[in-house]
Amino acid sequence: MKATRYLLVLAVAAVAAPASGGVLPEDRADVLYHRYDGGGVTIDGPSLLVRKKFAEKYSVSANYYVDMVSSASIDVVTTASPYKEERTQGSLAFDMLNDKTQYSVSVTNSDENDYTANSASFDLSQDLFGDLTTLSIGFSRGWDEVRKRGDANFNEPVDRRSYRLGLSQILTPTLMMGFAFETVTDEGFLNNPYRSVRYLDPDSPAGYAYQPEVYPRTRTSNAASLSARYFLPYRAAVHGEYRYFTDTWGIDASTLQIGYTHPLGKQWILEAGYRWYNQSAADFYSDLFDRPDAQNFMGRDKELSTFTSHMLSAGATYELPSFGWKFLRRSTVNLFYDRIRYEYDDFRDVTAGGAPGTEQLYGFDADVLRLFVSGWF
Amino acid sequence: MRARVTAILLLLAGATGCSGVEPWVKPYERQNFADPIMSADRDPVSSAYLNHVFEAREGARGALGSHGGGCGCN
Repeated sequence: MKATRYLLVLAVAAVAAPASGGVLPEDRADVLYHRYDGGGVTIDGPSLLVRKKFAEKYSVSANYYVDMVSSASIDVVTTASPYKEERTQGSLAFDMLNDKTQYSVSVTNSDENDYTANSASFDLSQDLFGDLTTLSIGFSRGWDEVRKRGDANFNEPVDRRSYRLGLSQILTPTLMMGFAFETVTDEGFLNNPYRSVRYLDPDSPAGYAYQPEVYPRTRTSNAASLSARYFLPYRAAVHGEYRYFTDTWGIDASTLQIGYTHPLGKQWILEAGYRWYNQSAADFYSDLFDRPDAQNFMGRDKELSTFTSHMLSAGATYELPSFGWKFLRRSTVNLFYDRIRYEYDDFRDVTAGGAPGTEQLYGFDADVLRLFVSGWF
Repeated sequence: MRARVTAILLLLAGATGCSGVEPWVKPYERQNFADPIMSADRDPVSSAYLNHVFEAREGARGALGSHGGGCGCN
């Protein structure tokens, strides 16, 4: 079910046109295979995107996305049974260009056996100051329905809203910078109906027991990012981005990302990158509460814990030779691989054994693969 | 005080809006930004997926340069 928690922001991710007030994106089609493998979880599936302009003023796009999940994560093996499930998502977007202003609307539906999410978005971007500056604003609204397997009476809504502001600026003939700010609010049933928290229980043979987690019913977060991209003198590019995040649950997070893009001849583009992420725990998070019902709100989701992740990335794009097909202008085949290391500071691996609260800290590696072909027509 | 702030804001608006900012990077100097390697989001279907990987496993969300995105599982 957790698959859809952040659908609201995902809704516009693939289908919405990149913010560039004066030009509509090119007609293209992408067929992508994605695979995530780490921490006992394997998720793979396809993502298909088609975008088409008409009358040089309008553009429509559609995205179909599938997650096929096979989970035996540490949460699942300690408090439940491994499971398989599938989530499908469809998005439609419409863009309109009027001089230097671009308007975009999109709708998304995501469905899995115990979670349904619908969302709608509106974005506007405007080129300013001789097209050196692009200003964009956006708003999304999401309506989720949380269900629970084995409990036909369980049905809880979640209402989500997102407010976005973006600014991109060409500073010199080789340097552009971007700023983004986003506020997201959620209201409703925000925890996972299957997940439990752990508490000390002297009567239990293990020394601890579990009870269902309880989250606040509201959450508001603010995030701001600053990015830069620089064109090197020998035709290559470097980019960097920093994001700061804070929310009403007490989580503060920083993300730092750097990357290098290097073309090889006319047919290859190679990429390498590193991403660092660090967050503090939510106020109501604990790996081990000292008694049952210790607080009004209690969570033991490792995403709410204190942790750091490191990601190394490598990728290659190959421009395919012309097939001589009139309708296909160009095409590429792309392979990207990311290796992520997650290191938790206050989430313990209870499968490792030891006295409650002294088990070794949890950590795992994940492999992420993206293989896709793109065609421009 | 409020009147002074309003006056300053109006002055700023006038300075930027009416006088017209002269583009200091001329259109013929912008060919580098047309190069695909300078695109912040060259392949949206791919970057959307990666953002989705992050947001499913991290507490943070939003303000990603090229929209957001994310979901995933336990």
